[in-house]
Amino acid sequence: MTRRAAIVGLAEWPTQRKWDEPMFMLEAYSRLTHEALEDAGMELSEVDGILSSAIPESRMFGPSAVAEYLGIPVNFAEVVDLGGATGVGQVWRAVAAIEAGVCDTCVCMLATVPAPRDPAATWDPSRAYIGADAWGAPHGQFDIPYGLVNPNAHFAMVAQRYMYEYDVAPETLAKIAVQQRYNAAANPKAVFRNQPITIDDVINSPMIVDPIHMLEIVMPCQGGAAIVITTEERAKQLPHRPVHLTGFGERVTHKSITYAPSLTQIPIKEAADRAFAMAGAERSAMDVFSFYDCYTITVLLTIEDSGYCAKGQGGAFIDAHDLRFNGDYPLNTHGGQLGAGQAGMAGGMSHITEGILQVQGRAEARQVPNCNTAYITGTGGFMSEQAAMILEGA
Amino acid sequence: MPDRPTIPLPLPKPTPLTQPFWDAAKQRKLLLPRDSAGRYFFYPRPIAPGSMDDQLDWGEVDPSGTIYSFTIDRRGTAPAFVGQVPYVIAIVELDAGPHLTTNIIGCEVDDVRVGMRVEAVFEDVSDEITLIKFTPTRS
Repeated sequence: MTRRAAIVGLAEWPTQRKWDEPMFMLEAYSRLTHEALEDAGMELSEVDGILSSAIPESRMFGPSAVAEYLGIPVNFAEVVDLGGATGVGQVWRAVAAIEAGVCDTCVCMLATVPAPRDPAATWDPSRAYIGADAWGAPHGQFDIPYGLVNPNAHFAMVAQRYMYEYDVAPETLAKIAVQQRYNAAANPKAVFRNQPITIDDVINSPMIVDPIHMLEIVMPCQGGAAIVITTEERAKQLPHRPVHLTGFGERVTHKSITYAPSLTQIPIKEAADRAFAMAGAERSAMDVFSFYDCYTITVLLTIEDSGYCAKGQGGAFIDAHDLRFNGDYPLNTHGGQLGAGQAGMAGGMSHITEGILQVQGRAEARQVPNCNTAYITGTGGFMSEQAAMILEGA
Repeated sequence: MPDRPTIPLPLPKPTPLTQPFWDAAKQRKLLLPRDSAGRYFFYPRPIAPGSMDDQLDWGEVDPSGTIYSFTIDRRGTAPAFVGQVPYVIAIVELDAGPHLTTNIIGCEVDDVRVGMRVEAVFEDVSDEITLIKFTPTRS
């Protein structure tokens, strides 16, 4: 028997720079799950698969903590650890689990929200090392002592090398941030919905890590999102247009950028090739594009290595196309993270929720007409872990 | 908010496997692990990356190379580095092959370029640790 999964609903909290209501991760996951099920028109008792990210309240045995907190027995429980690619990684794992017959209905959940203040907590400057300074960690020994710590420095090295090998005008990279801000203006959940910017604004914003300007970097924000996936049969009884995942791929190559096989050909290439081959879809058949955008350079390289232009022609492609939701290459129609704010771990979910809303015809003022397909990517770590997927409406 | 204490720069903590590398750095030598075909790799591991080759030894290499990529940290990539800015973080491609993370010192940060020839500068930062930084080669 061939089973087919379908995405049927979602929840997404408006991205915020300062979160008003502190809550623990388990609380966030619980609320998001219930909101997403309500959107899907399903009951909690139908859920038998849960996929989350790390849970501070349960550093080990996280999935069981989520099942217990939700109060449901499940047949599939997983913590996915792919940074900004976690959302895409969760969705394809959920679909694969449902189609393999392991479970029937999964909720994928991601959030970054502040927990209530721990009175015993002290400020620990080594938190900036994101655990990479652990005893025995190669990164702690060979990279961190030289300042190669945060994503800014890693992605700046990618941009610098790209400019050396292929050249791209700063104005071209700036156009990505500018047009995504235009899209954000049509997304009521975007942080920068009322703050359009110009190419000059980007070029004249402070240099943070050469050659990356401030307005080419995501604003760290907070938020949460969840996606409900069930069987095709069940999906037919539910209110929204079912959305199928027809192709996906994942590629993980390195942790620190120093040891990347290439700085200018990113792992999305293999992930995209696999996704398009699996779907049997042409690249030109995609109606909307949601590319993980921690920095403008990530978008340019994703366009190139997803096969939308030849290597080194990303700049010319961006110059030649209109990336706005009403343009000829609608990209990050929700504003992306550059326009909507990076909702922490949920930032990488925003590209997926936008693809789903577009295919379901629920994207309101920014709706791309006759949208049936979406090509979506996730990028985690330091251009180190990437995933690609193709959505098609039923 | 009370003044935060000065945050020490993070230093490497050598492990039994990597101790020879750090011992050599203290002696102003760049020692790299080498596989059974004589290929160098970085950083040290018990088995050469991407292979099943565990017949490894160490070899001293010419501590010079080319800047593969770099950035200028102008804000501090972590709290400990805020007091260091601006400084150059770089990937150097050693003439021996491997890439390593380092800093480019001894020149203006705005003069650094991809493709620039560089040579090692051994910087003692504690009794135990000598960091390997690079500076433009004097021609």
